[in-house]
Amino acid sequence: MTVMTAPDKRDNAPILSVRDLKVHFPIPGKGLFAKDRPLKAVDGVNFDLFPGETLGVVGESGCGKSTLGRAILQLIAPSGGQVAWLGKNIVGIPHRDMQPLRRDFQIIFQDPLACLNPRMTIGEIIAEPLVTHKPELGKDEIKTRVKRMMARVGLLPQMINRYPHEFSGGQCQRIGIARAMILEPKLIVCDEPVSALDVSIQAQIVNLLQELQREFDLSLIFISHDLSIVRHICHRIMVLYLGNVMELADRDSIYAAPRHPYTKALISAVPIPDPEIERNKERIVLTGDLPSPLSPPSGCVFRTRCPFAQEKCATDVPKIDRVSETQEVACHFHDNI
Amino acid sequence: MTTNHILTVENLSTRFQTPDGEVEAVNNVNFHIDPGETLGVVGESGSGKTQIFLSLMGLLAKNGTSTGSVRYKDKEILNLRSRDLNKIRGVSMSMIFQDPMTSLNPFLKISRQMTEVLVEHRGMSEADALKRAVAMLDRVGISGAAQRVHMYPHEFSGGMRQRVMIAMALLCDPEVLIADEPTTALDVTVQAQILDLLRDLQKDFNTATVMITHDLGVVAGLCDRVMVMYGGRVVETGTVRDIFYDSHHPYTEGLLKSMPRIDRANEDSMFAIPGQPPNLQNLPTGCAYQERCGYVMDRCCVERPLLKDFGDGRASACFREDGQ
Repeated sequence: MTVMTAPDKRDNAPILSVRDLKVHFPIPGKGLFAKDRPLKAVDGVNFDLFPGETLGVVGESGCGKSTLGRAILQLIAPSGGQVAWLGKNIVGIPHRDMQPLRRDFQIIFQDPLACLNPRMTIGEIIAEPLVTHKPELGKDEIKTRVKRMMARVGLLPQMINRYPHEFSGGQCQRIGIARAMILEPKLIVCDEPVSALDVSIQAQIVNLLQELQREFDLSLIFISHDLSIVRHICHRIMVLYLGNVMELADRDSIYAAPRHPYTKALISAVPIPDPEIERNKERIVLTGDLPSPLSPPSGCVFRTRCPFAQEKCATDVPKIDRVSETQEVACHFHDNI
Repeated sequence: MTTNHILTVENLSTRFQTPDGEVEAVNNVNFHIDPGETLGVVGESGSGKTQIFLSLMGLLAKNGTSTGSVRYKDKEILNLRSRDLNKIRGVSMSMIFQDPMTSLNPFLKISRQMTEVLVEHRGMSEADALKRAVAMLDRVGISGAAQRVHMYPHEFSGGMRQRVMIAMALLCDPEVLIADEPTTALDVTVQAQILDLLRDLQKDFNTATVMITHDLGVVAGLCDRVMVMYGGRVVETGTVRDIFYDSHHPYTEGLLKSMPRIDRANEDSMFAIPGQPPNLQNLPTGCAYQERCGYVMDRCCVERPLLKDFGDGRASACFREDGQ
C-alpha cells in the first residue's frame, strides 16, 4: 500500500490512517422479496493524515465526501476497512472506549445556524463539550475557558448569553469553531465550512482556521466542492468520484499537473475572476451528470463522463498508481492523456 | 427621448414593512439594459440585488412596496396590476431562480408546467405547445426530450432541472432573461455546462441577460457590464474590464482581492474584508461600507457619497473620487 504524505510533514507518525474504508448503505430492493441493494457511498478509501496537516476532500455532490468525513469520526458506522487513530483501530470498538477518544476529534458543519441549538445560549453551546468530557471542571473555570475561546475565534466575550439567531452566518460559523476547539482537539473535520458564507466572510473563516491550525498543531480534513478555497488551505488534496479516490496528491502537483481526467475537468471548470483569463482558458467540459450510485458504471466509475474512455475502462477497475513521490492517480491511461 | 434600451430602471427604491420597522432593501437604483447585452449584478446576501428584480417582476413579498420607474421599452411596468403585468412577465421578461427544485411544482409533470404558458400567452393548442416544449428542452441539451417531458421534476437531476427552468424561461422568446444565481446550487462541472448554454442561447436569440451572482468568476466569463451593490445601493458600475482591471470603489477592490483563485499559488493568508455585511435596518450615517473600508476618512462617517458618473456607464460612489 502506498500512501503519500506532504513532504514537510512526513517525519512524524500519522495521526490518522484510513485503510480500505467502505460505507455501504443498504437500499431496499423493489418488490416484496427482493434483496437489499448496497449503495456504495464510500468504496475503499486509503490515506494517512499527519499532525498539523490539512487534507482537502473534493468532488461533486453525491461523491461521498461528507460520508467519508463522518465515517472517519465513527458518526456513521463503516461497513469495512480500518480507521487507525494514533495507531489503534477505532472501527467497531465499544462506545465506552470510543467516548474518551472523541475529545480529540471534532466536526464543523456547512450550515452554521442549523447546527446550533436555537434554545441554547452560545455560552451553553460552546461549553457543552467541556461539560460532557471534563465534568470535573467548575462552573467558573468553564466560563473562563468559554470566554477565552470566544475571544480567540473573534467573538465578543460579552455576547456569551445571546442566542444563535442573533448572529450572522459568519459569526455562527465562529461559534461552531469555538465549540469544536474548546477541548483543544487534534483533528477537526470541516464539512463545507465556508460554502454557505458570503465571499468577504469566507476569507475570514479560512484565515481563522489556518491560524488555529498553526497555534494548536491541528490536523484538518477540509471537505469542499470549491477547488479555489481548497487550493488556499490544503496541503494535500483527495479527489473523490462516486465513493472512489481518483487522485491524491499534494497541492502543488495537483494544480500544476493534474493527472486524472476528472481532476483536470474539475479544475478547468472553476471560473477565474479575471475576464481575459476566464474567456481564453482551455476547458474540458464534461457531458452528462453523475451516474446513480446505486448502479455505478463497471470498470472505472468515471468512464461514462470521461472524454478519454476506452474499452479497457469498461472492464478493468483502475488501480491507484503512484506517479511520483507526491502524487497517485487511479487511471489506466494517465501516462497518455 | 427614444433609446434602444429594452429595460430602463430609474430611481427604484424598495421598502419592506417589518415588525422591527421599515427596511430599505433597494435604494435609488438606476440602470438600463440593451438587447443582446449581459449585465452582471454582484453583491453579498442582503445587498438588495435580488429584490431589484423581484420588484420589477411584481414578485415582491406582501410587505414590500416599490417606488420609481421601470420601463420595458417605452411602457411603464412598475406596480402594474398583475393582469397587465402577466402580458409581459414570463413572455417578454423571464426569470430563472437559484433553486430549481423549489421553483418547479413537484405535483405537475414538466409537460404541464411548460405548456401552460404557451397556451395562456400564445393561444397555442396543447399539441403545438407540447411540440414547442420538446423542441426547447432539446435545445437546452436534455436528451430524449420527447419522453422526458412527461416526467416529474424529482425525476431530473439538479443540473437537468436548471435546464428545464431555462427552457421554460425561453419558451416565449423573451427579450430579457433575468438569472438569479442560476448556477450557485450546482456542481462546478454542471455549472460550466449551464454557463456555456446561456452563452450559446444569448448568441442565438440575442436576449438581454441579467446575471445576479456573488461569483465574480461567473461574471468575468459571461458579462459585458457589471453593477456592484452594497447595503441596498449601487456602489460601482462599469464594463467588465473596468471593474476587474481598474476598480474604483474600495468594496469592489476588496471583493476582488478576497476571491480565492484557482490559478494562483497560495499566499500565506487570504485577504479578507473585515467586519460583517451591514444590517439594512440599522445602516450607519454616511457610507454603508465605512466600518469595513481601509480608506475610511472622517467625511465618510457623516456624509453619504453619491454615485459619481464618469461617463460611458462608469460610476462609483466613494469620496476618494473627489481627488484626494
